[in-house]
Amino acid sequence: MTPDPALVRELRAALGDEAVLLSPEACAPFECDALTAHRRRPEVVVLPRSAEQVMEILRACRRHSTPVVARGAGTGLSGGALPVEGGVLLVLARLDRILEVDPMRRLARVQPGVTNLEISIAATPHGLYYAPDPSSQVACTIGGNVAENSGGVHCLKHGLTTHNLLELRVATIEGEWLTLGSPTGEAPGLPLIALLTGSEGMLGVVVEVTVRLKPSPERVELLMAAFDDVRRCADAVGRIIASGIVPAGLEMMDAPAIRAAEAFARCGYPPTAEALLLCELDGLAHDVESELRAAESLLLACGATAVRVAADAAERLRMWSGRKSAFPAVGRLAPDYFCMDGTIPRRSLADVLEGIARLSREAKLPVANVFHAGDGNLHPLILFDAGRPGEVERADRLGAEILELCVAAGGTVTGEHGVGVEKLGPMCSQFGPDELEAFHAVKRAFDPEGLLNPGKAVPTLARCADYGAMRVHGGKLPFSHLPRF
Amino acid sequence: MDRDCTTELAGQARDATARSAPLRIVGGDTKGFLGRPVAGEPLEVASHRGVLRHDPAELVITARAGTPLAEIEACLAAHGQRLAFEPPHFGVGATLGGTVACGLAGPARAWSGPLRDYVLGVRLLTGDGRVLRFGGEVMKNVAGYDVSRLLAGSFGVLGVLLDVSLKVLPRPPGERTLALELDESAALDRLADLARGALPLSAGSWADGRLFLRFDGSEATLDDVTRRVGGEVLAGSNGFWASLREQTHPFFAGSAALWRCTVPSQAPPLPLGSAPLVEWNGLQRWYRCDAAAPVFAVAAAAGGHATLFRHAPPGAEVFAALDAPLLRLHRQLKHVFDPAAILNPGHMYAEL
Repeated sequence: MTPDPALVRELRAALGDEAVLLSPEACAPFECDALTAHRRRPEVVVLPRSAEQVMEILRACRRHSTPVVARGAGTGLSGGALPVEGGVLLVLARLDRILEVDPMRRLARVQPGVTNLEISIAATPHGLYYAPDPSSQVACTIGGNVAENSGGVHCLKHGLTTHNLLELRVATIEGEWLTLGSPTGEAPGLPLIALLTGSEGMLGVVVEVTVRLKPSPERVELLMAAFDDVRRCADAVGRIIASGIVPAGLEMMDAPAIRAAEAFARCGYPPTAEALLLCELDGLAHDVESELRAAESLLLACGATAVRVAADAAERLRMWSGRKSAFPAVGRLAPDYFCMDGTIPRRSLADVLEGIARLSREAKLPVANVFHAGDGNLHPLILFDAGRPGEVERADRLGAEILELCVAAGGTVTGEHGVGVEKLGPMCSQFGPDELEAFHAVKRAFDPEGLLNPGKAVPTLARCADYGAMRVHGGKLPFSHLPRF
Repeated sequence: MDRDCTTELAGQARDATARSAPLRIVGGDTKGFLGRPVAGEPLEVASHRGVLRHDPAELVITARAGTPLAEIEACLAAHGQRLAFEPPHFGVGATLGGTVACGLAGPARAWSGPLRDYVLGVRLLTGDGRVLRFGGEVMKNVAGYDVSRLLAGSFGVLGVLLDVSLKVLPRPPGERTLALELDESAALDRLADLARGALPLSAGSWADGRLFLRFDGSEATLDDVTRRVGGEVLAGSNGFWASLREQTHPFFAGSAALWRCTVPSQAPPLPLGSAPLVEWNGLQRWYRCDAAAPVFAVAAAAGGHATLFRHAPPGAEVFAALDAPLLRLHRQLKHVFDPAAILNPGHMYAEL
């Protein structure tokens, strides 16, 4: 499809020729985000340098009824930044300035193209940091973090993106500016800042973000506990939290993940363990000391075969390195893998892990588990070979079954990666037609013509009927006997 | 006496929508003073009550909206847990639903964040009688728009809360309050310094020429903090913080207008002609001054906003004005959930 020449003229007049990409070669790098299974080369890519230019792009697109997809660094895992047919891809990476770091108010005001890690680096001299730390934090942008409500390994104690935002400046497709929230964290009216966060670029385009900064903890300790049984390890997770300890991070790996990570990173993981728990504690020295002792004896009481405390920062980083490289490490085990993102109540961890193992055997595809146990946020990695006939479809089906298992356990189909295009189907098993219709109506309130990132995040009822998980004509939803709250 | 009244409430909403008859949503009727007055038939939610789930290892409680806040807090306390945002009750009958709808937090707000941060999921009754579920009972959930957090502080204008799931946290091992004699400016400076550091400051308030600082932690930590901060250890500190939270402190007595200003915590004293009671490390400041005083403008000039919290004269605006695009979005969102505009009409703004 050739882009509308009048629109291209207006975009060039607003941005300069250099910031409007049209050639197939120039546009090719933007054909997908980190969900590379879905690709579509955009016809027009625009690279604005200012909030005002973003607004001009949105106004031009609205005049021409042209869809717009916003994109940060393209590290998203659910296809949220996948270009749409006949649309403009709005890349925010050049809005990359840190506008203000205010240690007195403990906040940073930044443009959306600033990377997550850059914020913490800018705050470090003041003894502060930005808490949410998605694994892609070196590359992912804060604008993308807002769009996805990104998490990381420290969410149970330090919150998701939504808990660490103070103010958003948003350009709407109607051509208006919105200021949501405030630097104090209190603002009159409905808390629209919460609604925008995690809305996957469907409601507005964020052009400025004010984040809360936290004081760097006085002391950090990391414990590693090995188990010869997955269920005992999963039970230890609940026991730690019920004991009154809120770990900064509580990560679990199963045997395939442990062995892959150890082979990849040489991080000192016990190669014969069936499950491994990494428990990070942070805070004031005295408090961390007493929590450390409590956690250590609790883990042993839960049947850990070995508990090790990192001796120093270097060992702590080495112990983390295995966890942090687990995805690429597992990725070496097979030509392709899918990463799932369901979240479940912690009490169901052991049951759901057993369920996943059963589904994996039935599908004849291996699954490795590396996940945020403290949050109940699972990341089953389904290993397959796209070169073998039928294997992609089998992996797809296995993924959908795993997510349905999460929903049945009272959980959700996506904890932190977003719906994008990837989980439109599974959304149908989590929400009924009334909720989905309400989501569409919320979108219409911001974007009556449906121009912002159309077709993402919320499935149409027709799609759900096709998905087969929901009968829209008065039928019962799957798992209708279970509370789906 | 636990009861599920979803069917009756949905029937009342559908009926009111059919008649275009406004409803005034009432829980324990402890916060009726707050917001613009609503003319409407009462929709009583207090009978829809009962804790549905609380598994201490999940750090989540789910209860019907009419459940007394005191019952929720007792249930949590029995397992060494609490609502970290320390919500005010403002009366014995305060309910979970009213608490979430008003979005209020107590002295711990500056450290623990707003009530909204603890909302995980809701079951919502729309104006036209639909029952919708958003969010859930898990810590991380990005499926669908985050409608459940949008309802924190929504004053019932979007829907009637039926069930709410909140994140809960363990009680700290200990608490200690230190009191220091300081004037307002010096107290604000001290608070700003403390808030920048890593000390576990769970509440900071200035009243009657004294700065009150509450810290959380183990005995060893609290001894360490006491050495570093100085001041006098306040006996009976729970009563003091409760008097701020519940507004039973003498500052709140009388019938003069009570203004709540939230401003950047390091903002200098506001030129409002009277001494405030300062909370939230300087971020929330209460003033007793005339309802006609230019408090909205003064708070805005200081980089914050004001609310006419209690004793508003008839017809007065209570919440700071929204600009036109934002107000229009509010109306469009209300239309999504309350198409006949029957739920608490005018409670926040005349146009909403």
